[in-house]
Amino acid sequence: MADDDSLTLRTYEAARTRVLDSIAEVGRITLLVIDTFRHSLRGLRAFRLVVDQMHMIGVQSLMLVFIVSLFTGAVSAVQAAYQFSTVVPLKYIGSVILRSVIIELGPVLTALIVGGRVGAAIAAELGTMRVTEQVDALESMAINPVRYLVVPRVVGAIVMLPLLTILANTIAVFGGYVVAVTSVGVSTHTYVTGLKQFFFMKDLWSGLIKAVFFGGIIGWMGCYYGFRTEGGAEGVGVATTRAVVSSCVLVLVSDYVLANVLFRFIFAE
Amino acid sequence: MIRIRGLKKKLGAKQVLNGVDLDVPQGRTVVVMGRSGTGKSVLLKHIMGLMQPDEGSIEVDDTDVVGLKEGPLNEVRKRFGFLFQGAALFDSMTVGENIGITLREHTRMTESQIRERVAERLEWVGMTGIEDMKPASLSGGMRKRVGLARAIAMDPAYMLYDEPTTGLDPIMSDVINRLIRSLQQRIGVTSIVVTHDMNSAYHVGDELAMLHDGRVVFTGTPDEARSTSDAFVRQFIEGSSEGPIRV
Ligand SMILES: Nc1ncnc2c1ncn2[C@@H]1O[C@H](COP(=O)(O)OP(=O)(O)O)[C@@H](O)[C@H]1O
Ligand SMILES: [Mg+2]
Repeated sequence: MADDDSLTLRTYEAARTRVLDSIAEVGRITLLVIDTFRHSLRGLRAFRLVVDQMHMIGVQSLMLVFIVSLFTGAVSAVQAAYQFSTVVPLKYIGSVILRSVIIELGPVLTALIVGGRVGAAIAAELGTMRVTEQVDALESMAINPVRYLVVPRVVGAIVMLPLLTILANTIAVFGGYVVAVTSVGVSTHTYVTGLKQFFFMKDLWSGLIKAVFFGGIIGWMGCYYGFRTEGGAEGVGVATTRAVVSSCVLVLVSDYVLANVLFRFIFAE
Repeated sequence: MIRIRGLKKKLGAKQVLNGVDLDVPQGRTVVVMGRSGTGKSVLLKHIMGLMQPDEGSIEVDDTDVVGLKEGPLNEVRKRFGFLFQGAALFDSMTVGENIGITLREHTRMTESQIRERVAERLEWVGMTGIEDMKPASLSGGMRKRVGLARAIAMDPAYMLYDEPTTGLDPIMSDVINRLIRSLQQRIGVTSIVVTHDMNSAYHVGDELAMLHDGRVVFTGTPDEARSTSDAFVRQFIEGSSEGPIRV
């Protein structure tokens, strides 16, 4: 009986610690976000640092985004053709691919793959800087690490994610076209008519607005876990994993929240 | 001058600093000795405001840096040069960019003035012409010297050296010791040198202080240290595993 009580108590204590830790973590992330805004003006003046990050985040992700979107579009066409079969006329295949890509698949898949690549790279770089005292060195030289390291990365991610999403959308629609024409038996004219018929500007906008948020999530998660790295090379590995996992989870959760906000309120008919 | 009083800091379960008192008079060099893990690096980080103490004060020219806001703290930091234990060079930058970073960030110097200053400081540390190399391609001794060149780029009034000779061969250690000496003479800096290299301590120190169990247990000139009967200092200087300092 006494053992049961103490077990309950220990479980309760452990759960309490967990919950408090999570709340503290959310608090620290919020502080980092506020700090980033506070230093954004001065941080942006170091334009070269921002451009370097845009290059790292955007240009170096091009190939990956290209391949992933091409196959996303292709598989969408295959799936659409299979699911339509007798129910929906194939002339709508272009519309369905376009809308699912620009609202959902383009922004989310881009964020997930860029989050993996870039989130990991940021966390590993800043984590290494932390454990080799380079972050302390910046501070000791009266250079604010948030301004010097976080602002360029977060801004780089926020600018590049929508651009990469536009690219992903285009490539995916093209991938869908190739499959539709070559193996589903839809003509170019039909596909393009389908595209035009149900293209709404608000769909495109909603996807790009989401991409902006996803960019912020990727940048901040990479920086946050990078900065909090402790314990040498092993710690850098842990930080990298945490940054990637948390940015992927947050992308999907915020996708749901944003979908509600955007389509129920902002872009509601 | 730097005046530290009653500095206490607990890290994890360990009371690392437990009431440190230390005075560094203007233009002098105080060597802080002590075993690994006694909190020498932690002490230096407190002076730079990289860590906040639980108790105590650190005055730099009559300003208490403890709890100072970022703005005024940065003004104090700009007068300091800090040589980190592992040099802490920025690997993403060249040697020249490393040394020039504070000049670009905090002064209105033109690019050509910066280039000149960087070249001059590299010459001081005996490493002329390596501006375009990346830190990754340098040896330990070279990294330390580049770190030193970076620390002195802004003509600091204060220098903090964290184990400047640890891990270097005896000849390179001597090079670094002479550099520290010549900086004292050349720009009249007030310095704290953390080390457990007794050779280096005698060479560069005007005064030696011994840190043990979170406190400064001895201060005196190198001569006083050599002739002291203080058991802690004797044991440390002689490098013996027997004595009051338990292993
Ligand atoms: N950020 C930290 N968090 C927890 N413990 C630390 C931290 N930094 C240092 N310590 C601990 O404080 C003690 C003193 O460390 P340090 O100042 O690096 O020693 P040293 O005298 O060798 O420079 C060590 O026991 C170390 O493990
Ligand atoms: Mg140390």
